[in-house]
Amino acid sequence: MTPLVRIEDLRVRFRTAERTVHAVNGVDLSLMPGEVVGLLGESGSGKSVTLKALLRLLPEARTTMSGRMAVAGQDVMALGGSALRAYRGSVVSMIFQEPMLAFDPVFTIGEQIAEAVRRHENADRTAARARALEMLDRVRIPSAKRRLDAYPHEMSGGMRQRAMIALALACRPKLLLADEPTTALDATVQIQILLLLRELQKEFGMGVIFVTHDIGVAVEVSDRLAVMYAGRIVERGSARDLIRAAAHPYPRGLLASTVHGAMRGRRLDAIPGAPPDLAKVPDGCAFAPRCRFADAECVSRRPDIVRIDAGHEAECRRLDAVAASAEG
Amino acid sequence: MLQYFLKRVLYAIPIALGVSLVCFALVHVAPGDPLASVLPPDASLEMQQLMRTIYGFDRPLPVQFALWLWRAFVGDLGVSIATGRPVAGEVWHAFGNTFMLAALAAAFGFLVGGLLGLLAGYYRGGWIDRTASTLSIAGISVPHYWLGMVMAIVFSVQLNWLPATGAGPGGSAAWSWDWEHVRFLILPALTMSAIPLGIVARSMRALVGDILSQEFVEALRAKGLSERGIFAHILKNAAPTALAVMGLQLGYLLGGSILIETVFAWPGTGFLLGNAILQRDLPLLQGTILVLAMFFVILNLLVDVAQTWLDPRIKRA
Repeated sequence: MTPLVRIEDLRVRFRTAERTVHAVNGVDLSLMPGEVVGLLGESGSGKSVTLKALLRLLPEARTTMSGRMAVAGQDVMALGGSALRAYRGSVVSMIFQEPMLAFDPVFTIGEQIAEAVRRHENADRTAARARALEMLDRVRIPSAKRRLDAYPHEMSGGMRQRAMIALALACRPKLLLADEPTTALDATVQIQILLLLRELQKEFGMGVIFVTHDIGVAVEVSDRLAVMYAGRIVERGSARDLIRAAAHPYPRGLLASTVHGAMRGRRLDAIPGAPPDLAKVPDGCAFAPRCRFADAECVSRRPDIVRIDAGHEAECRRLDAVAASAEG
Repeated sequence: MLQYFLKRVLYAIPIALGVSLVCFALVHVAPGDPLASVLPPDASLEMQQLMRTIYGFDRPLPVQFALWLWRAFVGDLGVSIATGRPVAGEVWHAFGNTFMLAALAAAFGFLVGGLLGLLAGYYRGGWIDRTASTLSIAGISVPHYWLGMVMAIVFSVQLNWLPATGAGPGGSAAWSWDWEHVRFLILPALTMSAIPLGIVARSMRALVGDILSQEFVEALRAKGLSERGIFAHILKNAAPTALAVMGLQLGYLLGGSILIETVFAWPGTGFLLGNAILQRDLPLLQGTILVLAMFFVILNLLVDVAQTWLDPRIKRA
């Protein structure tokens, strides 16, 4: 089976008058059809930028991109003009973090879904509206018919995110990009949206790249996880691999600093220091300055990717020392 | 929507009443006896008393106001002291002339200004933006009576393309829609459009820039819309605010410009107002201001209603 998504050595730089930011520094990622990959990392780790690069949404004037990206057999880097517009929304679509901001405030929800259908399927107004209604039903918005004519500000946060999902899935994309879709929602609504996404993903058989900074959420929805740090994937594996046997010090630190596994009365282990300034790419491991296992070589030379198990890899030179410290 | 409209009309009534009260008060607030301009200085006391009764000045003020309001309501604005003709006819005629001028100036200024602003906002920082910004700042800051004189010198005196003054060949008062008459409109209308053009362009540029920086524009791109499709979204988002700016500008234009109408000897409300002030023709001044103020009230009402209709976020309650 050929992968749905294949990203090789993706690099993204943003240039402004004062400085250059190296947001993504060599990301390799592939995704099989129908697979859900969770992209995990803190703010500024390059996870959202990777998603936007897949849709070529980054402002062209200020962005330099290199590497290869292929989705469903199309060379994403080479797309332009009408081919790029035909690709956006029909092959790949996106759910945004804040649906209140991602919907146009002066058009109704129905109009905005129908617009995408008309754009990609040459449907007339009636057919596009019928599809919009069908989609609102699919994401289980109550009294969908009435909601079709509602404006975004007339709906609750959870309903808006459901409508956003309806919009994203209206043209049956092969790949869905979800950019922290539950971060702006209440905890109870979060779970409903996650369950809905998981269910629709199975039903539509799409591949999903799910970006989040919340490990709990990532584990809930993903088949595989990839942890990003300073624009690189530092560890990847099945959700199970990462939760039970994270190898790289950064994901281990992340796990130790979440409330999920912690005991009442014990201090949470925070990762010391702050994420690096991405004005220049470090020569060695970007995590080295915050890592208690790092030695001189970690700082000067980029570590190789170490294969731990089938499909479980980490980019670290000191895996043995890390593992030993866990046992000791 | 109908209910909202009726409600807004009801709100407009007290505003209109307030405005008429100010107009009415003009006569009584203005220094001197309003009769002084009608009567000879050596008029006898009986004569003065008689005139006072004829004009109704002997009655209590609220009664005078009610009577005046009622007459204005049925279209009687009194008689001009300077010409002896009914004020209503004078104002109506002048207003027709100013309306033509304002409509043309607004059409040109809003169209060109709106387009410039849209392009400047869309291509922010580019050469279109710089050109548009220069033009709009010039439009706002150049004194328009000066601009009018320069236009007259260039296009009438030097090039001899267009007439410099009047509203028709041979100073005729009858208007008709042919080139012989319309060419008289062009210079004053262009001069008058400079300010609204600049203001509309500048507000449009800011609006478009603001809309483009919102996240939904990226979401529209993500669903595969073309730049033209995105432009339609920008337009609908900009429309309510743009409309409010344009409505206000149209109001100013309808008020006529004393300076421009004087420079081009255009027989509009501005010209009329100028004359009324210079000749201390109080009934004429009162009538003109009342009519203009009413138009302003009605225009604001229309803009409000249109804005509500365009922007779903404004509550219709």
